[in-house]
Amino acid sequence: MSEAPVTNGANGAAQALLSVNNIEVIYDHVILVLKGVSLEVPRGGIVALLGANGAGKTTTLKSISNLLGAERGDVTKGSILYDGIPVQSLDPNDLVRRGVIQVMEGRHCFPHLTVDENLLTGAYTRRDGGAAIRDSVDKVYEYFPRLKERRSALAGYISGGEQQMCAIGRALMSNPSTMLLDEPSMGLAPQLVEEIFEIVKRLNQQEGVSILLAEQNTNMALRYADYGYILESGRVVMDGEAKDLAENEDVKEFYLGVAGESRKSFRDVKHYKRRKRWLA
Amino acid sequence: MGEFWEFVLAPVLIFESWQFGMEVVISGLLAGVMYSLVALGFVLIYKASGMFNFAQGVLVLFAALNLAGFIGLGIPIPLAILLTIGIMILFAVVVEYLILRHLVNQEQIILFMATIGLAFFLSAFGETIWGSDVKKLDIGIPQGRFEPFGIQIQYLELTAGAVAAALVTGLAIFFNKTKIGRALRAVADDHQAALSVGINLRTIWIIVWAVSGIVALVAGTMWGAKSGVQFSLSEIALKALPVLILGGFESIPGAIIGGLIIGLGEKLAEVGWGPYVGGAIEDWFAYILAMVFLVFRPQGLFGEKIIERV
Repeated sequence: MSEAPVTNGANGAAQALLSVNNIEVIYDHVILVLKGVSLEVPRGGIVALLGANGAGKTTTLKSISNLLGAERGDVTKGSILYDGIPVQSLDPNDLVRRGVIQVMEGRHCFPHLTVDENLLTGAYTRRDGGAAIRDSVDKVYEYFPRLKERRSALAGYISGGEQQMCAIGRALMSNPSTMLLDEPSMGLAPQLVEEIFEIVKRLNQQEGVSILLAEQNTNMALRYADYGYILESGRVVMDGEAKDLAENEDVKEFYLGVAGESRKSFRDVKHYKRRKRWLA
Repeated sequence: MGEFWEFVLAPVLIFESWQFGMEVVISGLLAGVMYSLVALGFVLIYKASGMFNFAQGVLVLFAALNLAGFIGLGIPIPLAILLTIGIMILFAVVVEYLILRHLVNQEQIILFMATIGLAFFLSAFGETIWGSDVKKLDIGIPQGRFEPFGIQIQYLELTAGAVAAALVTGLAIFFNKTKIGRALRAVADDHQAALSVGINLRTIWIIVWAVSGIVALVAGTMWGAKSGVQFSLSEIALKALPVLILGGFESIPGAIIGGLIIGLGEKLAEVGWGPYVGGAIEDWFAYILAMVFLVFRPQGLFGEKIIERV
């Protein structure tokens, strides 16, 4: 159980746009956080990365986008290929130029910049001129009409949902081919989460953006994703088609909060523990 | 009116002769503008890298030394200015390459220590190249004064005010209307997020240090033209510290208004109270004012409002 399972991704290895191969990540030279994680994102796919707090979802995303360096983290083993090219040693800005952008957990808009300015900073790496960038801003506002109303408000003062939209819109401004979304549902009302996931799905279908989505909201993530990986304590413990995962008894019990059989007595908790160990 | 009140109100009573009062106000404000210029350099670097650049004062001296040195070599003034700007940019590149990139993520106190080292190196290095004698810096600002409504104003001070206004306007446009300026503000707001959208922090640091080097050059030129280029210039620059405490470390408007308040305040105090206590109030007034602010309003007048939604 301790070895990372060999995965095939959603549509087979040949078409994988992003492939993470057995990476190990160590923080501060001592803290082992990822113990061999492998996953693949096919071109045009939505892949969900599921797991509880501290499972390693954020670290996985940050090792792909290379934001780890700023936190004294290091990918010490394994490789990360984007479009067949190793990308572990690239700076984050090189990755953004290549089309990989991360939307960080907790939104991270620039609070003292207006919504408009936030979007414009997203185009920092682009070299195709002001007119094209203005078009992109308009496109973002088509996807997020709510943002358009608040375009000249300071991002620090808009609501949490609007900030999440601002962060996704800002990422979209870089014309990405892959977006790494880290918990877009965090702290948002269910209705808003649904609205945001709908937009993400549309971005995927209409703009052709491949998506790797780290989520704790397993139910919502599996509804929108094609394929899913479940991470526990820095290892992939299960992966499969999103609909299969959603049907899986263990996933249902541990992540969706649906008890398979009716568990009436406290004695049955032992059963839970036994299965939990299997997952770990 | 008792003697006590005469003493307390002395800075106000100088307005009995309104021309004299206005002269004091104007020369105070213009000295304040120069403090603001130095403080601006601190603010820029602090905002972009969270680094309190102790070397900013010496940077003012270093820039002025280079300019005075080049002019002393007989190089025409415009070319000398361009050369000095080139040196300030080169300096920014070297600082990023040798210091900043190796200290990413270090404690603030370590960054601060690095700038103290830099300050000592820079002042000694400048003197090694250009010598330690007091240099005149004449960049063609007319000497003398003129007297509208009987108020005496120095051309030099007026020029300094105009240059500072132009510089601040230029910086405001740069920060608000250009792509790089926007990126600088983004970095000041959230380093991680700036990284995530593909802003290269190293480039930003070089730009910020170069810009504050150029601001230092402007400040150094004005101070140098007023009182000659000498080591004490870097100490005058320390007056920027109370300005920063007053205005707030992250605020550009704060640096400007803080400078004006300090400049005006110390001039009024000097002229009003100076005769009673034998003068030299100008030298410490700013620091006492800053101390009072530290006690009652530690974030300064314009310290960045932390936006926190509930």
